[in-house]
Amino acid sequence: MTTAAIAATSQQSSFAHSTRIYAKEIQYEFLKTSRNRMYSISTISFPVVFYFLFGIANRHAMMGDISIAKYLLASYCCFGVIGAALFGIGVGFANERSQGWLEVKRASPMPSMAYIVAKLTSCIAFGWIVTASLMALGIAFGGVHLTMMEIASLFALTTLGSLPFAAMGLLIGLLVPANAAPGIINLIYLPMSFCSGLWMPLQFLPHWVQTIAPFLPAYHYGQMGLEIVGFGNKAAFLGHFNALLGFTFLFLGLSWLLLNRSNGRA
Amino acid sequence: MAATTVLESLHPTAPRQADAAAVASLRSVTKHYGNQVALDHLSLDLHRGEIVALLGPNGAGKTTAVRLMLGLITPTSGSVHVLGGDPRDHKVRANIGAMLQVARMPETLRVREYIDLFRSYYPNPLSYSQSLALGHLDEIKDRLFGDLSGGQKQRVLFALAACGDPDLLFLDEPTVGMDIDARRTLWGQIRSLAQRGKTVLLTTHYLEEADALAHRVIVLNHGKIIAEGTSEAIKRQVSGSKIRCITTLEESIVCAIPSVVNVTRDREALLITTTDAESVVRSLFQKDPSLSGLQVTSAGLDDAFLALTKSENPKAN
Repeated sequence: MTTAAIAATSQQSSFAHSTRIYAKEIQYEFLKTSRNRMYSISTISFPVVFYFLFGIANRHAMMGDISIAKYLLASYCCFGVIGAALFGIGVGFANERSQGWLEVKRASPMPSMAYIVAKLTSCIAFGWIVTASLMALGIAFGGVHLTMMEIASLFALTTLGSLPFAAMGLLIGLLVPANAAPGIINLIYLPMSFCSGLWMPLQFLPHWVQTIAPFLPAYHYGQMGLEIVGFGNKAAFLGHFNALLGFTFLFLGLSWLLLNRSNGRA
Repeated sequence: MAATTVLESLHPTAPRQADAAAVASLRSVTKHYGNQVALDHLSLDLHRGEIVALLGPNGAGKTTAVRLMLGLITPTSGSVHVLGGDPRDHKVRANIGAMLQVARMPETLRVREYIDLFRSYYPNPLSYSQSLALGHLDEIKDRLFGDLSGGQKQRVLFALAACGDPDLLFLDEPTVGMDIDARRTLWGQIRSLAQRGKTVLLTTHYLEEADALAHRVIVLNHGKIIAEGTSEAIKRQVSGSKIRCITTLEESIVCAIPSVVNVTRDREALLITTTDAESVVRSLFQKDPSLSGLQVTSAGLDDAFLALTKSENPKAN
């Protein structure tokens, strides 16, 4: 074998090795999270129950020319994804960091990126489960009709949306003590979702709520979801996307600063 | 040591080799945490096949030394070399195993799942069954981590550190929370690792543990090495008796008696730590026939260790 061939083979085997690490890390992260009933049950049941109460119960009401059941299907998908990401990253990361487990992982040969990718993938998987449950509920009981394009777009949005809210979860996980993280995340998650119009359409909410909504990342995310199901204007889609991108960089930047500061002290 | 270890039976011929080159070394490493000095110009070398115990009270800098060698933190000054490279390098890390002090780890994975996960991190790990055998985990392999006792958790953490078959292992307080049987079994496992040419650095605050395991003991206090050598040499320095008596003799005179390690005053009495109680008592009576209230107790290992790590009244042997 030539040197180049040997190098290629060793590169190939190291690529296979890395792939295996990522696959195992993702598999066990998802398994670990789904066995954590507090996380898995509340992440899935909150949006499902809320959608049932507000969306299915009002299925005959119309918002413009689409039914409220379809409108709220999009917004509760967003609500579910945000919860999965905030709690999954915020609480999970804060716990593992404060209890020393992250240190064990860092001391091991696991690439740091595998840890991040696994956590993110697990959040996305939960986002998909929520989205699929809500769609099934909406189609079966809410008289919602979705085109294949809408279904695909909502799943894509679920995948995309995990990133900014995972970044937000990371920031919260770095800011608050681990044992306070679940409470504080709830205090942020629920009011933010309400004020962003994810629980009920924004135009039914007081004027002051409509004023502050654009300052919340969940608002921009929710608007993107609504545009997918045909509500709202297409022209604003890119604006919301950019706003969300901005929030993502803001959260990641602040997290990076905090991590560097604590590493300097540690 | 009755417990036979699995690895011994797997690799019965592996001899202990002493290579001249250090497997890992700290060169004049200083580490500050804010204003606190955790390590103060510390230098140490680990050689192949050697078990080294870092012994010291809490806050002596043992864990800091381990974290530096793992590349989890960087030194304020000085240099760290591990396996011919930087411990933050991925290739170096693939040959290192670490057992750290963990308050809690995620409780919803099973023991066998953790083993499977950590084996996947290493290029040439031990087999799954060998890995389970390392921590005697066979009968608890299907349990969730959250359902294990403290000692069982330590066994899992040990197996996770060693399942990749790394050449260098760091064990930070490996036997905390273990009962005596489990502790002995783990000692056997650690010994057999060294017999296979693995290098082990362990930290402990039990002199007994260092004594049972280590080829070399490094006693650390306030971030500095205060004693180093075989456990026999260390024990000679620290073990001994305590004499309590009421005497008119000055502390400095008592201190000058050979084999006295430490002298402190307790109200009207003197407390003397010594490695040779009989000869000290003899010379005390020669110097002060009116001496009274004599009590001689054998200092526990912990007392003796305290005498060594206390910086007041230090006295060379």
